[in-house]
Amino acid sequence: MPTNAPSPTAESVGGAPIAHALTDVTASHATLRRFLHGLPGVDAVGLEARAASLGTRSIKTTAKAYAIDLAISMVDLTTLEGADTPGKVRALGAKAVRPDPTDRTTPSTAAVCVYPDMVPAAKAAVAGSSVKVASVATAFPAGRAPLSVKLADVREAVAAGADEIDMVIDRGAFLAGDYLKVYDEITAVKQACGSEARLKVIFETGELSTYDNIRRASWLGMLAGADFIKTSTGKVAVNATPANTLLMLEAVRDFRAQTGVQVGVKPAGGIRTSKDAVKFLVLVNETAGEDWLDNHWFRFGASSLLNDLLMQRQKLATGRYSGPDYVTVD
Amino acid sequence: MSDRLSVFKTYKLYVGGKFPRSESGRVYEVTDSKGNWLANAPQSSRKDARDAVVAARKAFGAWSGATAYNRGQVLYRVAEMLEGRKAQFVHEVADAEGLSKSKAAEQVEAAIDRWVWYAGWTDKIAQVVGGGNPVAGPYFNLSSPEPTGVVAVLAPQESSFLGLVSVVAPVIATGNTAVVVASEKSPLPALSLAEVLATSDVPGGVVNVLSGRTAEIATPLAAHQDVNAIDLAGADEVLAKELEIAAADNLKRALRPQPVDNWLATPGTDRLTAFLETKTVWHPTGSLGASGSSY
Repeated sequence: MPTNAPSPTAESVGGAPIAHALTDVTASHATLRRFLHGLPGVDAVGLEARAASLGTRSIKTTAKAYAIDLAISMVDLTTLEGADTPGKVRALGAKAVRPDPTDRTTPSTAAVCVYPDMVPAAKAAVAGSSVKVASVATAFPAGRAPLSVKLADVREAVAAGADEIDMVIDRGAFLAGDYLKVYDEITAVKQACGSEARLKVIFETGELSTYDNIRRASWLGMLAGADFIKTSTGKVAVNATPANTLLMLEAVRDFRAQTGVQVGVKPAGGIRTSKDAVKFLVLVNETAGEDWLDNHWFRFGASSLLNDLLMQRQKLATGRYSGPDYVTVD
Repeated sequence: MSDRLSVFKTYKLYVGGKFPRSESGRVYEVTDSKGNWLANAPQSSRKDARDAVVAARKAFGAWSGATAYNRGQVLYRVAEMLEGRKAQFVHEVADAEGLSKSKAAEQVEAAIDRWVWYAGWTDKIAQVVGGGNPVAGPYFNLSSPEPTGVVAVLAPQESSFLGLVSVVAPVIATGNTAVVVASEKSPLPALSLAEVLATSDVPGGVVNVLSGRTAEIATPLAAHQDVNAIDLAGADEVLAKELEIAAADNLKRALRPQPVDNWLATPGTDRLTAFLETKTVWHPTGSLGASGSSY
């Protein structure tokens, strides 16, 4: 995979709030609220129609092979279960480094995503490879804990070596209209991440009720210094959909146009087939543009998706359909 | 004569308990034995075959895990439901094979009886092909038959209904799930049978019915890594050879086309045992005592 290294100007300095054209809007609760409510309303029908029409693109042969490899390189291979064991995390790490041991041309995934206490195990499992370790934090998935607890959660994960932190926003505060609280929390977490860890901010779009809210949350997260905005935890009924991902892609595109800061997008949960993954890549290319077609700027939060991508890859290589017997059981 | 317009039936595939059209959107004309148009049938593509395999794999766990007794009840239920729709099948078989009404009725009745016959076998086949083995050691040694898995079934080309039932029923009786490629020339009885299966407690995905060009659908099925066996009954000599070569890749069980003069004859257990694997376990009996084994 080509690595699209971030340009120094577009990278936020870890910890410090970014100075840009929109600094004023976060000055007070009132200005923030005015700014977020002043964002254009989302045309829900138009958004869904656009997402659906982009989903009908036919991606075949060499383009498909490219898309599958790109998608594999963008997977955050995830295990977030109460029953996770160090052994399971080790197995996941080995799979992330070499997804298909029978075909060494298969790219590695972008990262493994685990709970904070599993970071050391994950770190050891991917040592010496390009695979990063992402850790969920801030009382994932509910986010219902005091700020001090959330920050301690983040610091521990970073200290254990996490390269990326996936935080959840306080949906309760967001839905109550207390945007500044959400903003402050994200900036505090960003600071706790320091310069070594990139911050992904999870909105749990399934709980935000409206597309307008998703657009507001996206801008709020980006203003607060998120390196990535992420759809969902994968723990609720509605996770990443093409429509809400399209909306977030529009937000990162517009944000870069206004501030020069590029932010990544990570749809998570519910993406299980290669076909879906390729549809998301089409959305990325057609909305945010080629600059985002890189695992530094776009990720899939998924577990079962990888097996389907590998089976499709085997199908392209051999011409015959593969089966679940030829990929690992997670 | 009434001037009412008759309502034509849209024949569809049967995949995973649902009735989709072909993913390709194609249909082909089905004619009776004299060449008169009967209906348009979906012309399946390899992607329909792929979807059918996914459905069959998904259904395998529950179907193979069901008790043999339960599977027998379900197969008997198919016979019950068919009995009620006999007239429709007699009509379709007569059209498809150019038979007289009475000859067609004979075929359909035999097919219904065949479901009953295989329903009876579900909880008896284990006693016939499994059992305790005498061994020279302090062990019980038991062999039991287990279903092979997902079986691709190419239905016979000539006998559109009785032949079809005679190859599908033994596959699912033992707990396999099936992807059935209907007779290319006369697929309508198979597509109608799917409607019967859907209403007779056969879980969705246990039988999946595809119509279209046999060679086009069978080729990806034979090469598919998630298909465990293939019944080549509906393939001609050249195609059967090609498919068997493709099937060797993941060591599929392949049942070569067997010449069948008369589908009406009692079938025997060959087709039941063709898609079974034998599992043998050794179970220690404990200390033999000073006198040694008594067996």
